[in-house]
Amino acid sequence: MTGEKQQGRQETAAPAIELKGISKAFGPVQANRDISLSVAKGTIHGIVGENGAGKSTLMSILYGFYKADAGEIYINGQRTPIPDSQAAIAAGIGMVFQHFKLVENFTVLENVVLGAEDGALLRPSLAKARKTLVQLAHEYELEVDPDAVIEELSVGHQQRVEILKALYRSADILILDEPTGVLTPSEADHLFRILKNLRAQGKTIILITHKLREIMEATDTVSVMRQGQMTATMKTRDTSPQKLAELMVGRKVLLRVDKKPAKPGKPVLRVENLRLTDSAGVERLKGISFEVRAGEILGIAGVAGNGQSELLDVLGGISPAEGRITLHDRPLPLAGRHANGQARRSDGIAHVPEDRQRLGLIMDFMAWENMCFGYHNDPKYNKGPLMMDNPAILDDTAEKMQRFDIRPPNPRLRAESFSGGNQQKLVLAREIERNPEVLLVGQPTRGVDIGAIEFIHQQIVALRDAGKAILLVSVELEEILSLTDRVAVMFDGRIMGERITSETDEKELGLMMAGVSGEAA
Amino acid sequence: MDKMPRWADVFLVPFINLILAFVVSGLVVLAIGENPFKAIWIMISGSLGSTSGIGYTLYYATNYMFTGLAVAVAFHARLFNIGGEGQAAVAGIGTALVLLAFDWPYWWLAMPFAIIGAAVFGAAWAFIPAYLQAKRGSHIVITTIMFNFIGAALMGFLLNGILKNPDTQNAETVAFPKGAHLPTVHEVLSPLGINFAKSAPLNVSFLLALACAVGVWFLLWRTRLGYQIRAFGQSETAARYAGIDAVKITVITMLISGALAGMLSINVVMGEQGRLIKEFVEGAGFVGIAVALMGRSHPFGIVLASLLFGMLTQGGFELMWDMPAISREMVLVIQALIILFTGALDNMVRDPVERLFLRMRKRKG
Amino acid sequence: MDITDIFLQLMLTADMTIRLSAVLTLACLAGLFSERAGIFDIGLEGKMLFSAFLSATVAYESGNVWLGVLAGIAGSMVFSLIHGLASITFRGNQLISGVALNFLASGLTVVVGNAWYHQGGRTPTLSGAARFHEITLPFADLLRDVPFLGPIYADVISGHKPIVYIAFAAVPLTWWILYRTRFGLRLRAVGENPESVDTAGISVVRLRFTAVMIAGVLCGIAGAYLSTSQAAGFGREMSAGRGYIALAALIFAKWRPFYALGATLLFGLLGAISNLYPNINVFGLFDIPVQFTQALPYILTVVILAGFVGKAVPPRAGGEPYVKER
Repeated sequence: MTGEKQQGRQETAAPAIELKGISKAFGPVQANRDISLSVAKGTIHGIVGENGAGKSTLMSILYGFYKADAGEIYINGQRTPIPDSQAAIAAGIGMVFQHFKLVENFTVLENVVLGAEDGALLRPSLAKARKTLVQLAHEYELEVDPDAVIEELSVGHQQRVEILKALYRSADILILDEPTGVLTPSEADHLFRILKNLRAQGKTIILITHKLREIMEATDTVSVMRQGQMTATMKTRDTSPQKLAELMVGRKVLLRVDKKPAKPGKPVLRVENLRLTDSAGVERLKGISFEVRAGEILGIAGVAGNGQSELLDVLGGISPAEGRITLHDRPLPLAGRHANGQARRSDGIAHVPEDRQRLGLIMDFMAWENMCFGYHNDPKYNKGPLMMDNPAILDDTAEKMQRFDIRPPNPRLRAESFSGGNQQKLVLAREIERNPEVLLVGQPTRGVDIGAIEFIHQQIVALRDAGKAILLVSVELEEILSLTDRVAVMFDGRIMGERITSETDEKELGLMMAGVSGEAA
Repeated sequence: MDKMPRWADVFLVPFINLILAFVVSGLVVLAIGENPFKAIWIMISGSLGSTSGIGYTLYYATNYMFTGLAVAVAFHARLFNIGGEGQAAVAGIGTALVLLAFDWPYWWLAMPFAIIGAAVFGAAWAFIPAYLQAKRGSHIVITTIMFNFIGAALMGFLLNGILKNPDTQNAETVAFPKGAHLPTVHEVLSPLGINFAKSAPLNVSFLLALACAVGVWFLLWRTRLGYQIRAFGQSETAARYAGIDAVKITVITMLISGALAGMLSINVVMGEQGRLIKEFVEGAGFVGIAVALMGRSHPFGIVLASLLFGMLTQGGFELMWDMPAISREMVLVIQALIILFTGALDNMVRDPVERLFLRMRKRKG
Repeated sequence: MDITDIFLQLMLTADMTIRLSAVLTLACLAGLFSERAGIFDIGLEGKMLFSAFLSATVAYESGNVWLGVLAGIAGSMVFSLIHGLASITFRGNQLISGVALNFLASGLTVVVGNAWYHQGGRTPTLSGAARFHEITLPFADLLRDVPFLGPIYADVISGHKPIVYIAFAAVPLTWWILYRTRFGLRLRAVGENPESVDTAGISVVRLRFTAVMIAGVLCGIAGAYLSTSQAAGFGREMSAGRGYIALAALIFAKWRPFYALGATLLFGLLGAISNLYPNINVFGLFDIPVQFTQALPYILTVVILAGFVGKAVPPRAGGEPYVKER
């Protein structure tokens, strides 16, 4: 109970961080609009919001990575301009970015020292850092081998290095941007223990996430951001996940997709003992087996980076692998000249990739040029053996844009000019309209606005009801639970277990995502 | 949303870059103690003021169209082919071998075979860098630079050895048969009653260059191969997703690029010199980079940029005669500055122009 | 040929190798600083050429070779500054910037040289204090009579121009800077992952500019060597592709200082062989043409790049302008 008393006393002191009227625009896009925020010393403050709500931008401003167009920052009651990261570090702010900022072929020690050296010569700095690292590791459960090279560490350990970097620079305020996106639930639990230890030492922590469970579990206070604005700030114990979700999207969220029960038919796609070793020699897929039936959606759940992307790549013909895949009992080539995206497409496998901007679309191409992308060898888009039939592609695109309500409906607009949701619809229109036997879908609604999410989910269900086999990879458990008929959980390149979606829950899947095998869970 | 209108992107920014390059060149002329305006006038009148001047200008422009198109085709697949110099040189060997093999009776019979010879040799010299880039990830910029030097050594070896004309001291072959002589502009036009200077080296290769420009446009924007080249150049990862064969596209694009660079030898070796001389490329391979940059890798832009660079080269020679203080290499300086401003310092002009348009739009909206 | 004759030939070759390697070593280290910081530099050639011209000119006009070297370094650094502006400040294409600077040097040196001296781009011959002379190391004459090692010390190691010793001293110095100093740590980091440097509160721009300017200094010394030590005055295109050979050596060396020394010595040796023994007869069967020996550095580099003999992995952020991601 003394803890609560202390907390009460601290709240009357000057807040650790106070933001007043922060605004930031990137060209025509207003990423932050007149944002004010106050975080008390020695607390964990959560910031939630959808992708693109402006959370990361706000924190990058606080860390001096971007300059705000307007507004003021107060640290411990003092007005503190933060023109660059150096100033942020000097003000006692440390940041753990979503994508780690580590030098991959440096050791842990070198990474920690980088930018915080004590003098022009390296050796004394390294010796001192080694000592401090041992101390910090002991104090906060942050054990890492100081001489390990970063690229040989697990993601969880790399994150610890990022935290150590901040602590080594004696940060009092620690910002973590989506820290659990790449962690297993048990690693995430460990992280939260570390954060609570840090709070107990009087550190202030800002936790950015879009996972409401983490907010409820770990934070003292929480703010919600939507479309660049701060819509609410409250005590965590006074709110609920449902309320936060509503604040995030601005209206009641449809957590369930309206769909009839599946009528699974014969197995269409069968995967047996699939193995993949990447160019760095790391085994990414360690013997995957499953099957997808006609008229069902099989979900692949799991924390990002456990082999799901590699699985999609192999099925889509992008990466070679070992093992056996059959389509309607006919084996598909997994390596060599015939294992490519063209062959897969002619076999009737369509692929909506996880990363539409890097894989699914060519951002500099116009919509119509993207509409035949991957199917450019289709006779319907060609005139004779050498030439493309551009007018035919244009007509086809205009028609599909209308049917999928893609806005603006101009086939001559470049892909980069469309919003995330409309870009995804472009890809989906292209792939679904082929009426494929199998549809591979990766993260269909990542970075997509709510309206488009509903539409995309409906299209996928409609294809299922047309008797096609669908494999859906998503890191969003909510999406898996609401959209799929069966679910398989991947962990460390293996499938930990399979469940009928309606007979399982978040807790059971979470255990499997952490590496507990299906029989035990 | 586009940051600025397309005309600004395609014309305004390159134009400002060009002006900057000329202003700095003018300062160099001024520093030497000559009048830059007079120098410009000499260059313009020297390159366009007489049929002989025009003939030379278009002759050089022909070379630059070939090398510029070669660089541009590779650019579209995001390959930086800096080896046009070597590919053109080696293509010269192919041209010479074809023309020396028979006593050709007619030029129109010899030309197609010479084109094939040049294309095959030029493409072959681009093949190894292309293959190594595609299969082993060897940086094509470095390998093509290396192949320029290896090509020069090969030329030196052959022209001082088995291909050498024993009757001279120079590293060159014997003259090609009379029948392999390409008609010059003078020979084509005089039957029509038009008197074009006899000295001008401009020949039918100019038409070949224009045909190549149209061909490249057609290839890139009308054919399936061109679609795949552009897709691969825009995004290698997306191309893999679509099942576009990276090795095939890289190799084919570079073969086309090498063959285009090789066409230069038709204009110079077959058209102008009538024998193979060691240093016949004279930096045209590198000028191709400037031309492709200036022309924004579009065939139409390349034709225009080639004309400009043709004027520069011809005007530079005139400059040397009329202003002895200025040597021919002034052209190199101007070319370098154009590459620098249009290629490397592009954002210096682009960023402020973009901001200007953004502000204008805000004020309107 | 008896044994002393062979020994003499070997000494001659070694001596020439050292002289030819020195300039390659300097240029190669210049490339190393730049590329380790993530900035490709194919403009080594142009910087050397420009420096060679300026140092010859200033040495001639002032009669002081050291002033010439300083002028060469300054000129080379101006080129570095342009390269930095193009590739760091304005995020332009580093390769194109390098090509442009090489062109600029080829043109400018001849245009200006011709305007000043009217010798077709050459500068007047340097003599006396306006060029470098050989240094005799201590005890060289005394030790010459020691069998075997004596002549090696006196004739191969001693008796070079000062810049040769500067070049070879620059190798351990570069290693020390790279691996033992704060600056070296940051330099290597910015070439691998500039974001890690930026988020640590260090200016990527300043760090990269520093690296590029160091490259300018080293190229400047290399260029000064060409016109004030190796030759006595500037001649057009006198760098003759050495910048590209240095670039090849850098790849050969996998961007590491002592490997760079090894690579430049090897390429220097190839140069010495092609100078001293133009046509080598193999067992009386056939001649190895001189062009082959001359092209060998380029061929070897292609082989190395092809990855058949050890893979050369460049710094990961090399060639990419740094833009803060959104």
